[in-house]
Amino acid sequence: MGKRNFSIAALPGFATIAMITFVFLYLPIVTLVVYSFNEAASMARWEGFSLRWYEAALNNRQVQDVSIRSLVIAAWAASLATILATMAALATTRNERRFPGQTMVYALINQPLMVPEIVTGVALLIFFAMIKVSTGYQGLAYLVAAHTAFCIPFAYLPIRARLETMDLTLERAAADLYATPWQAFRHVTLPLLVPGVIAGFMLAFVTSLDTVVITEFIKSAGQDTLPTYMLGQMRRVITPEMNAISTLFLLLSLIAVTVFFLLSRKKA
Amino acid sequence: MSAVELAPHGADTTKPKARRGDIAWRWWLVMPALIVLLLAASGPLLIVLVYSFLEPGNFGGVVWNFSTDGWFQVFFTRDIFDETLVTPATAHLDIFWRSIKLALYTTLITAILGFPTAWFIATRAPDVRPIWLFLVTIPFWTNLVIRTFAIMEVIRNEGLVNNVLRGVGIVSAPIQMLFTDFAILLGMAYVFLPLMVLPLYASMEKLDFKLLEAGYDLYASRLRVLWHIVLPLVKPGFIAGSILVFIPAIGAYVTPRILGGGRNLMLGNLIELQFGQGRNWPLGSALALTLLVIVVIALLFYIRSTSQPEGQRHG
Amino acid sequence: MRTTRLTLAAAALAASTALASAQDGGQLNIYNWGNYTSPEMIEKFEQETGIDVTVTDYDSNDTALTRIRAGGHGFDIVVPSNNYVPIWVEAGLLQELDPAEIPNMENIAERWRDVPWDPNRTHTVPWQWGTTGVIVNTSVYDGDINTSAIFLDPPDELKGKINVIPEMTDVMNLAVNYVGGEACTNDRDILRQARDKLVEAKQHWIALDYGTVDAYAAGDIAAGVYWNGASMRARLANEDLAYGYPKEGYPVWMDSAGILTDAQNTENAKKFLNFVLEPENAAMISDFARYANGVEGSDAFMPEDMKTAPEIVVPAEHEEAAYFSVTCPAEVQQLYTQIWTELLR
Repeated sequence: MGKRNFSIAALPGFATIAMITFVFLYLPIVTLVVYSFNEAASMARWEGFSLRWYEAALNNRQVQDVSIRSLVIAAWAASLATILATMAALATTRNERRFPGQTMVYALINQPLMVPEIVTGVALLIFFAMIKVSTGYQGLAYLVAAHTAFCIPFAYLPIRARLETMDLTLERAAADLYATPWQAFRHVTLPLLVPGVIAGFMLAFVTSLDTVVITEFIKSAGQDTLPTYMLGQMRRVITPEMNAISTLFLLLSLIAVTVFFLLSRKKA
Repeated sequence: MSAVELAPHGADTTKPKARRGDIAWRWWLVMPALIVLLLAASGPLLIVLVYSFLEPGNFGGVVWNFSTDGWFQVFFTRDIFDETLVTPATAHLDIFWRSIKLALYTTLITAILGFPTAWFIATRAPDVRPIWLFLVTIPFWTNLVIRTFAIMEVIRNEGLVNNVLRGVGIVSAPIQMLFTDFAILLGMAYVFLPLMVLPLYASMEKLDFKLLEAGYDLYASRLRVLWHIVLPLVKPGFIAGSILVFIPAIGAYVTPRILGGGRNLMLGNLIELQFGQGRNWPLGSALALTLLVIVVIALLFYIRSTSQPEGQRHG
Repeated sequence: MRTTRLTLAAAALAASTALASAQDGGQLNIYNWGNYTSPEMIEKFEQETGIDVTVTDYDSNDTALTRIRAGGHGFDIVVPSNNYVPIWVEAGLLQELDPAEIPNMENIAERWRDVPWDPNRTHTVPWQWGTTGVIVNTSVYDGDINTSAIFLDPPDELKGKINVIPEMTDVMNLAVNYVGGEACTNDRDILRQARDKLVEAKQHWIALDYGTVDAYAAGDIAAGVYWNGASMRARLANEDLAYGYPKEGYPVWMDSAGILTDAQNTENAKKFLNFVLEPENAAMISDFARYANGVEGSDAFMPEDMKTAPEIVVPAEHEEAAYFSVTCPAEVQQLYTQIWTELLR
């Protein structure tokens, strides 16, 4: 790691812009959270503190179902996408010359990004419907597969960026010390790669949580996720119940983040 | 899984045999991802290609007759009042151009905000960096729909910003921010910002600050250090971030619809219209593939610029 | 990697609990518009019959149609709008209903029995119905609101404060009516006038958006094209808001429930249709969704504020301008789309 000279690293104005960015990120979220405690049925007015929307959300079986389903799909899809993307990133970086077909591989990996969700949605609908009819299986695997594919580029890009700026000296040293390839990977490459992998996983996870149009098209009976549920509500009216659910999700993410943070601390 | 073969010594690549083995390994590693992508993303797209050459069904769907009308309609319009008159589809071109423009601006804004933010995080002490990083992603645990609504709450006429401005007495009447291009840009920058910050951070985190020190010791100005040393090193992260922002931005439709008020279509909305209320799937397919071509061109341009030798890699 | 393992474990756990909660016995899968199915009504149905009901949402007629037509969906009941019902029937997606098996079809109100989109109710039963008209904030503009001029020739007070729902067919038809044509016309003269009117009017619109009950209540928007039930919700939040029935013509729509041909729980689906035609249960849906239901005798169970609401009970003088929304022929649909794209370029 080496010693840091902070006077050099701290470029003038950067901290200010960073703070502005954080305010920009949190202002809408704070508004959202505050209004989840609003007594009024509309977000237009403040009518006093109340927990009624939390009560409503927690008593709403459908809201619970769709929230859990969203999290399950996101966990599966992000994990699978991160593993696959890490392998793909290892395969497509750090070679002096591109291997034959590498450009095509890039194109394939990034393809889900290039196509509007609606198009992927329609294409997958037709394709999966054929499989559904012929196999009779209508479970969540279709959604997990579609989300995984859609998340791969989001996981891939940060991991690849990490690999490209990664120092090769240590790996070579390990190889020179007769570490097996797996040992070298497990004890040298992987630990160095972790920040990229975490960034990739988190991106994939939030991307899966956001994927609404594809889900809307390929879901079978009883497979609503939180965003498709919200989209259905949007046509009619958005109540602070949505704010309450979102606040609960934020809380959940805070808990997950804290747990992760404590665990990684302990290890260090 | 062979890390050694993945990171070949310079000498290895000169030996054809080793290089062949290396290539085989690389294909094995990338194969699982490709299979998933082919099954659940790219493969089904062939259906879209086929559909773009068919006739539209009366109520959505397609009729299995070959036709190039879908593609024709992307670029040309048959005048609805005089069918013999064929003109370029200026409405479509307007929409394409508008989407590209807004996506570029969005990328620029996220870069301007994201670069210093990623830098700020990367220069914190190593043990608090994850905290800052998580702070960037936490807002994104709420989904896109609700995030966009949160922005709307802040900028609407009776919203936070206008109320504060009026309370302080800076303005007397609310400023119309909602349903403008400004709102779309603000919203898209907001929803796509982490897609810029995370890859930038990932490439900065490993920055060798000794290089900066060296640069500084040589009395280079901060700007020169930034330009000549930092930028080339974080370029992969910056490019990854730009791709991650630009591409969803060009096809975005939830955010423009809610914040822009839907007065002007973006590409995503136009394509959705053809698959939905417009019931012209071949045209929708052809429009989607046109978008795909634009993006592929942009992407090839990016890849070209990344694969160029970037001087000496440190290490 | 640690997070990966953790989340995998969590996912497996969640998945197994989800599986465990699946009950034995009868099932029913309903595919309906979001926020449109009263949870209390579903609960009551489950208690009475012991059937396990799953409701899944869609956000547009086109999504639902595309989805079902592709097959392999697992749904039993769907609730398309009246102008889509003939498409569903023609494509053979809906089962024919036998009134002997659904005795409560007796309860369907006279007006909704022999309807043009489903003659003699052979395939669907009423769910909810409403109108598409205009909403105006009367504290901003106090003139005549029963006209499409509100959004096509707006008075100065409303300029720049108008929202139009992005329902292409509805808005196009309102404009066609306004210039003197019939809905789904292919008369080029009328279409030209309608287009010119729309293009000219659009500069006075602030948005083409859906979810705007809040925006109307808060005063962000002062007028626009809207549905009656949503208008009522907006009025309950802000009493200055009023709903207008355009005298040039306005569409009446009805979402109707039918049983899918490839339903796996046909018997349960019949029980459900019979159940929602019970006046008390129909009123529960109306209470939730805030639209009228078309079931005779449900008035007695309706909430007080809906019995007299001017948005729900169409005043006699405005009945004449109403017409059932229709399915436009494919050719007209294409013309509409072209004009619409031109308008929103």
